[in-house]
Amino acid sequence: MFITRILQNDRGGQIMLAVLALVLVLVPVLNLLVPEGNFLHMPTYLVTLLGKYLTYALLAVAVDLVWGYLGILSLGHGAFFALGGYAMGMYLMRQIGDRGVYGNANLPDFMVFLNWKELPWFWQGFDMFWFAMLMVLLVPGLLAFVFGWLAFRSRVTGVYLSIITQALTYALLLAFFRNEMGFGGNNGLTDFKDILGFSLQSDNTRMTLFVLSGLALAGGYLLCRYIINSKLGRIVVAIRDAESRTRFVGYRVEHYKVWVFTVSAMLAGVAGALYVPQVGIINPGEFSPLNSIEIVIWVAIGGRATLYGAVLGAILVNYAKTVFTGLMPESWIFMLGALFVLVTLYLPQGLAGLVQQFQAKGWLQRRAAA
Amino acid sequence: MLKTYDFTRLLLLSVLLWVCPPLQAEQQSATLTQAVPLFQAASFDKTREAVDLLAVSGDAEAVPYLQALLDGQLYQHKAQGTLVIAKDGNTGDELRKIPTNNSLRKYVRAAVGQLSLSHPDAVVRLKSANGLLETVTPEMAAQLRGLLDKETDSAVKEALSLGLAMADLNAADKAVRLTAIESLAGNLHPGVRNRLTTMTTDSDTEVAKAAQEALRSIEDTAALYGHVETLFFGLSLGSVLVLAAIGLAITFGVMGVINMAHGELIMLGAYTTYIVQQLMPHAIDYSLFVAVPAAFIVSGAMGILIERTVIRHLYGRPLETLLATFGISLILQQLVRTVISPQNVPVSNPSWMSGSLEINSVLSLTYNRLYIVLFCLLVFALLYFVLRNTNLGLQVRAVSQNRAMARAMGVRSARVDALTFGLGSGIAGVAGVALSQLTNVGPNLGQSYIIDSFMVVVFGGVGNLWGTLVAGLSLGVVNKVLEPWAGAVLAKILVLVFIILFIQKRPRGLFPQKGRAAGD
Repeated sequence: MFITRILQNDRGGQIMLAVLALVLVLVPVLNLLVPEGNFLHMPTYLVTLLGKYLTYALLAVAVDLVWGYLGILSLGHGAFFALGGYAMGMYLMRQIGDRGVYGNANLPDFMVFLNWKELPWFWQGFDMFWFAMLMVLLVPGLLAFVFGWLAFRSRVTGVYLSIITQALTYALLLAFFRNEMGFGGNNGLTDFKDILGFSLQSDNTRMTLFVLSGLALAGGYLLCRYIINSKLGRIVVAIRDAESRTRFVGYRVEHYKVWVFTVSAMLAGVAGALYVPQVGIINPGEFSPLNSIEIVIWVAIGGRATLYGAVLGAILVNYAKTVFTGLMPESWIFMLGALFVLVTLYLPQGLAGLVQQFQAKGWLQRRAAA
Repeated sequence: MLKTYDFTRLLLLSVLLWVCPPLQAEQQSATLTQAVPLFQAASFDKTREAVDLLAVSGDAEAVPYLQALLDGQLYQHKAQGTLVIAKDGNTGDELRKIPTNNSLRKYVRAAVGQLSLSHPDAVVRLKSANGLLETVTPEMAAQLRGLLDKETDSAVKEALSLGLAMADLNAADKAVRLTAIESLAGNLHPGVRNRLTTMTTDSDTEVAKAAQEALRSIEDTAALYGHVETLFFGLSLGSVLVLAAIGLAITFGVMGVINMAHGELIMLGAYTTYIVQQLMPHAIDYSLFVAVPAAFIVSGAMGILIERTVIRHLYGRPLETLLATFGISLILQQLVRTVISPQNVPVSNPSWMSGSLEINSVLSLTYNRLYIVLFCLLVFALLYFVLRNTNLGLQVRAVSQNRAMARAMGVRSARVDALTFGLGSGIAGVAGVALSQLTNVGPNLGQSYIIDSFMVVVFGGVGNLWGTLVAGLSLGVVNKVLEPWAGAVLAKILVLVFIILFIQKRPRGLFPQKGRAAGD
């Protein structure tokens, strides 16, 4: 079968997807079928929280694709995530219709507030779901394409690339803070009512979004794994390890890089689009360089160049964040900072690398015993 | 009982007196005594005569009385007729307030100005000459000409002739008006501009035309000074950028270490200034001279600590260094939040930093910006000297160019690494002292400068101090030039986009390193 072929030799991926499948079955059962009050019952807010983690995990997979396999440390993937989120947010904004505070069917509330008379051109079409979904893919993809094409063609690599990706998301952060941009300025887009006619407050919609996030994660994972297993993936890894050599062998290195970078940005956009309806808000804060760099640490903790490590890292770090910001808000930043330092110093291969090390040791011992 | 009452009244009165209390008539000068009966008449016309008398006398002693008359604080003793200045309305029955009205006040003001023009202090003369500018009457003009001839101070002279030219604008003779207009062309005084604007509608077309031309030349000059001001703002912003980036130019440019905690080292410097000021609250004026070395030591020591504990293990792995130092930056920020306060802390400016250097009425350069520019150049020169002319600088350059060879020559590369990083971090601390004088000091201070700093270093060309200076200053100027028509935020975005595009074109910056040192 197609999927089994992709997952050949990917023990971690098999386990991860199996667990994901289990979760995707178990959570709806615990939430919808187990009656409230039963201690096995899973409250809806927890489902939404899990859904949020899953979108983060998809984002981490996208980052791992470029960082782990292409060797590009992108400090701007939060920008693609946020752009996907904004595209979805714009659709949700249009869905509000005349139920806003000002009751204007043609304009979102913040535009009425800013005294705008008509919908700006870049908001046109966002009342159609299919168009918005297209934009979720196209806007981050196009930005990544143009940016990547410019950067890779002039052979900006390594740290320089990292810094200009950071500058990119910083510039977008500043831009989206401006009211004149027409994306709600400081407050962003919020107060969403429903999606495709289903209320965002209902348990069923939330469950659907959760399941969709899980499926998107599985799909994104398989796509990345497929790319890496393909011939193109081999070249990508070759570029990571010896860029000049690959170029001299005759490959157009820039083309491969741009291609993978764009795919990764689109995945990040999808993650953002799934994130927004579950969280209920998108604001310029998502563009902050800190967010982008946090994504990188998820991947680093889980283990670069494994994909499933990224999923593991994203979920673990965010779970820890939820727990510690709830218990001791001050301590979380210290822990995050310490994580950055300790992981880079002592755990360069991440958790996945740790597992592999243990496995290798066990294998060696068995060999020695035989 | 009655006696004590009177006594307290008297006491109160003398307390209320403004300048040295001239209660007795014989203490007042002759002209003042002359004016007394005129004031006593209690009619505006007579008072005006009295003012005239005082103004013509040139008696400087009369100035405080006229000033008091203006402020409604001049009283006359009913019985004795002596003039009394009382700051408070509570003066009792013996005193009568000398009434004024608007036209009289205007008159008195001119008289005060005229009198102050013969004051021995040039500063007072200049002030009064400037006050007179728009109120010079033909009668006063003759007297002013006399004063102008005697005047020795050039600034007062200039102000007086300006006032005279303004008076000439009202002259009946057309030729006089025309020469006056001509002499006013290019003058930046706001009063001149207003006066000339009204003259563009003069009934005489020739005069109106001349006024228009003079106005145009004034506007051109003003625009020129406006550009100079923008340039100055740009240079001061650029100096801030250079100060923030120059430490990075060493750690990133020379050592190749990505230090994302650089901004936090700047922040530590700013907080050091705060703490120094807390320790010496009575000597704020001198606090910066203590804060600069203190900040250098604090940030430098922190830098060495970071280098020895973390960065040392990550040489040759720039991306990992980036992540680890980012973690350090988070920890330092949170440390400041927990230990000091999550809010901004107040840092005061020394008195010599406030105020401004007035070049003319359009252009004035604030001292704090001026000092920042000078300070930036000083730091740059020092750093350049250290890298060029000291043993440490030689070793730093040797290690950065070829580590193995330098080690073979007996350079202790690990020590040099630590010291170089300490130097770069110390400079960041010094930059923090400068920033504390310009912006709010809070835990996020450094974060807002880190991206800008990297941009400056990358734009200027890594490993090139001159590049950093040129890049920082030019980015500052470009930012300020764009600001008026694009707004501050958009200007910043445009500059970022410009740099991103620039790096595509010239990945190694404005001044790339050439030859072997460039190899990586």
